[in-house]
Amino acid sequence: MANKIRVATTSLAGCFGCHMSFLDLDERLVQLAELVEFDRSPITDIEHCTDCDIGLIEGGVCNSENVHTLREFRKNCKILVAVGACAINGGLPAMRNFIPLEECLSEAYLDGIGVENPQIPSDVELPLLLDKVRPIHEVVKIDYYLPGCPPSADVFWKFLTDLLAGREPELDYELVHYD
Amino acid sequence: MQVFIENLAADHQYQPTRLLLILRAIQARYHYIPEPAIQQLAGLLNIPSTQIIGVVEFYSFFHLQPRGQYELLISDSITDAMLGKHNLMGYLSEKLQVSVGAVRSDGLVSLDNTSCTGLCDQGPAGLVNGYPLTRLDRPRIDLIADLINQQKPVEAWPSELFEVEDNLVKSGLLLEQPIQQGAALKATFKRGLKETLVEINQSGLRGRGGAGFKTAMKWQFCSEEQETVRYVVCNADEGEPGTFKDRVLLNSYADQVFEGMTVCAAIIGASQGFLYLRGEYLFLYDKLQTVLEQRRAAGLLGNNILGQGVGFDIEICLGAGAYICGEESALIESLEGKMGVPRNRPPYPVTQGYLGKPTVVSNVESFMAAAAIAEQGGNWFAAIGTEKSKGTKILSLCGDCAKPGIYEYPFGTTIQTILDECGADDVLGVQVGGPSGTFISNQEFHRKLAFEDLATGGSFIIFNSSRNILDIVNNFTHFFAHESCGFCTPCRVGTSLLKKQLDKIIEGHGSAGDVVSLEEICQLVKSYSHCGLGQTAANPILTTLERYPELYANRLKKISYEPGFDLDAALETARRMANRHDAAAHLAQVGEDHE
Amino acid sequence: MSKTITIDGKTIPFEDGQTIMEAATAADVYIPHLCHHPEFTPHGSCKLCTVKVNGRNCSACTFPAAEGQDVLNNTQELIDDRRKITQMLFVEGNHFCPSCEKTGNCQLQAVAYHLNMLDDHFPLFYPNREMDASHPDVLIDHNRCIFCALCVRASQQHDGKNVFAISGRGINKHLIFNAESGQLKDTDLDKNDKAAHICPTGAILIKRTGYQVPIGQRIYDHHEIDEVSLATTEHQHGE
Repeated sequence: MANKIRVATTSLAGCFGCHMSFLDLDERLVQLAELVEFDRSPITDIEHCTDCDIGLIEGGVCNSENVHTLREFRKNCKILVAVGACAINGGLPAMRNFIPLEECLSEAYLDGIGVENPQIPSDVELPLLLDKVRPIHEVVKIDYYLPGCPPSADVFWKFLTDLLAGREPELDYELVHYD
Repeated sequence: MQVFIENLAADHQYQPTRLLLILRAIQARYHYIPEPAIQQLAGLLNIPSTQIIGVVEFYSFFHLQPRGQYELLISDSITDAMLGKHNLMGYLSEKLQVSVGAVRSDGLVSLDNTSCTGLCDQGPAGLVNGYPLTRLDRPRIDLIADLINQQKPVEAWPSELFEVEDNLVKSGLLLEQPIQQGAALKATFKRGLKETLVEINQSGLRGRGGAGFKTAMKWQFCSEEQETVRYVVCNADEGEPGTFKDRVLLNSYADQVFEGMTVCAAIIGASQGFLYLRGEYLFLYDKLQTVLEQRRAAGLLGNNILGQGVGFDIEICLGAGAYICGEESALIESLEGKMGVPRNRPPYPVTQGYLGKPTVVSNVESFMAAAAIAEQGGNWFAAIGTEKSKGTKILSLCGDCAKPGIYEYPFGTTIQTILDECGADDVLGVQVGGPSGTFISNQEFHRKLAFEDLATGGSFIIFNSSRNILDIVNNFTHFFAHESCGFCTPCRVGTSLLKKQLDKIIEGHGSAGDVVSLEEICQLVKSYSHCGLGQTAANPILTTLERYPELYANRLKKISYEPGFDLDAALETARRMANRHDAAAHLAQVGEDHE
Repeated sequence: MSKTITIDGKTIPFEDGQTIMEAATAADVYIPHLCHHPEFTPHGSCKLCTVKVNGRNCSACTFPAAEGQDVLNNTQELIDDRRKITQMLFVEGNHFCPSCEKTGNCQLQAVAYHLNMLDDHFPLFYPNREMDASHPDVLIDHNRCIFCALCVRASQQHDGKNVFAISGRGINKHLIFNAESGQLKDTDLDKNDKAAHICPTGAILIKRTGYQVPIGQRIYDHHEIDEVSLATTEHQHGE
């Protein structure tokens, strides 16, 4: 058991679609479980990373909490992987980049239709939004990229089995998709 | 306005090729190009309105939105920066109550930066409504601000504000003994056209713009084309920062330049020539027209030059603020009234140039030299210089030296000799050939001025040891990003990427891999760009990285990665709106315990 | 005897006046490209078709084939650099493939797949660009324009119109329309115009047709662009 590869996963500004796709590995998950064990991940509910071999990051960086999480992963994972369109280029959440943050917040909390008791939430527990959503490679160093919205289960399988076998991961033509 | 534009178009015979001149007149009068004017012109010139909008948006001196009645532009050349331009700009902005890049709320004045105005030996310099302002300092700015606030017309401003000096410091072969008007043409006709081309070939004259193609070969190729309508174009779009020798040549030796063009026309069989004058040299326009008039009166231009049956005339075209138009095929596009986008080559201009006809495009200095050679013969010229670089080179010397100005040196002269003569001490390095050229360190002053060693179109900028090399590189790199025409991917995107990546390193946000990334972008821009602009845009970085790698390395943090944007600043809007002041409302630029 | 060049060591015949791209395509050799289309005047702007001709970089779509040329096309260096040029095109615009109707049929995406591009490599610009949905049948999304000028050329050279132009300088380049209002609806563009169908990306879309073919069954989902490009050209020649 001690030799198992440790994997951590998280979703930043994402929709968990990449995690759902990971679960699409279905019965292959059993095979995978022979080889890896999960550290911090929505699958385990472990809250913080310890030393890991592989970190899989879904989603872009939209707020201060995302930055802290991403840094924790970078610090603890030997290999950090950007998973899915949002992690790679900001994805759909980054479409707010064309609206000034001031307008976004005003619309949502101050002058939007149906807003009652207009105020910007200011609890210190709440993460603050960055002015733009960023891909994760602009905040920490990233080692591998798995494109797709989401990447298919086959992509995860090919990538992880290549890595576990000590091969440089390679994705065939049909596995490379941005949609 | 409708009548004004109707008359303007009529004055220009409704020729779409005159679009830049027409737009210049509209900009000068209304301080922008109004939408109705575009529609009206499209009809009058019979071109799509998109062509007009394209041109307006391409050239820096045209605007779709109103600028001030006084359009003030301050030169952004490194030499102006070295003369304290940044402080002056702040002062000017305060004094005139207008921010840089903006128009004052009353519409009276606008203020902005502009690329090098070719007044590096008498900066800080600028332009007001197209006319040059030299040796700017606080008293002059006070005066200018008063004149503007009193709404005094620019024509009524004191003339000393507009004084442009030649600063001719050292004359050589060409500058010492200008030819007598008509002498080169007389010699040419006497000797014979073919024989004169032989002399020019014999002289070894190579293009003075910097690229160094053999002038005689260019003329010969053009003359051998089947198409008999041919053109001569003089490239006076002297945009390389730090260059101003063509300004002096056209101010004081224009007759000889025009004579060189006429000799060329006689040899290649052209009946029409153009002088493409950069927009910044508008102040020379009237004077040059007078010289042309004199030449027509003297029978040196016109239908029957010197009674030899040769017909040729010259028209002056003005640019409108675009460095790329110094590239010969972009210049031709601009002459045709279009955006200055370099063409695909082949075909080269000598086979398909202006309006698709064979065209010789040569530098001001090349024509001037050709005129002298036509008179004196090839051996006279070839006796000076090196084996591969014959004759002399006229330099625009500026930066840290006692006597900036115009210097003429035989090819083969060492950099040290030049530095000694212009009074440069404690020199850190020299930028030879402008931003697109080479930065040489003080270990290389034995190197020579020559096509085979250090080629230059004339720019020669000296830096003493008080200067920061990265500031220089930064200025040049921003210049190229601003001047890229945007036609090809590597230059359009790459010059912007270079700017971002260099800023990241200079601002101290670089880490281990960032210099490698910088070099990678440099190689892409250099190897894959469409024209000389992109192919040389990375030179400031590459030539300094090669000589001073430690300057770049010292800016890097000893960590594996740092973001290229300011994380804490990115939280500012949200922090302000939520009125948060707690520690969690901030982000460090790099994580704690960063590996 | 016909004249020949070599591409990656293979002998390729050519006729006078042909570009390297034309000679290569006729011989079933694919050279990546985006701004090139066999029916229109070559543009030479995207630089993806850069090949090494006797050691010197040239755009295959504009450079004339000439006897004795030794052309390198599929070298690792060129493939790597073409990938980076493609990445430049991605970061300067806003290419959110999952929300684009053109996904799977997009040539920009297909070239990126072909070059095994997995990330954007460079920092993203996120430029603020507009859309023009004014035309009843055609939608313009400037976020996806790569300035290939194919629509400009198709409108002029095929449709006999002048609907599009590229304006501006440097990184501020943008597509404009020939109408006093500047809006597409006021141009004479028709949805059946070649110019409305030529866009290699999702910058010009025909309205109400986007999802007739489901994602996953589209052109480049299962066929690489080299194969598609050569087959299309053959088909066009046969017409």
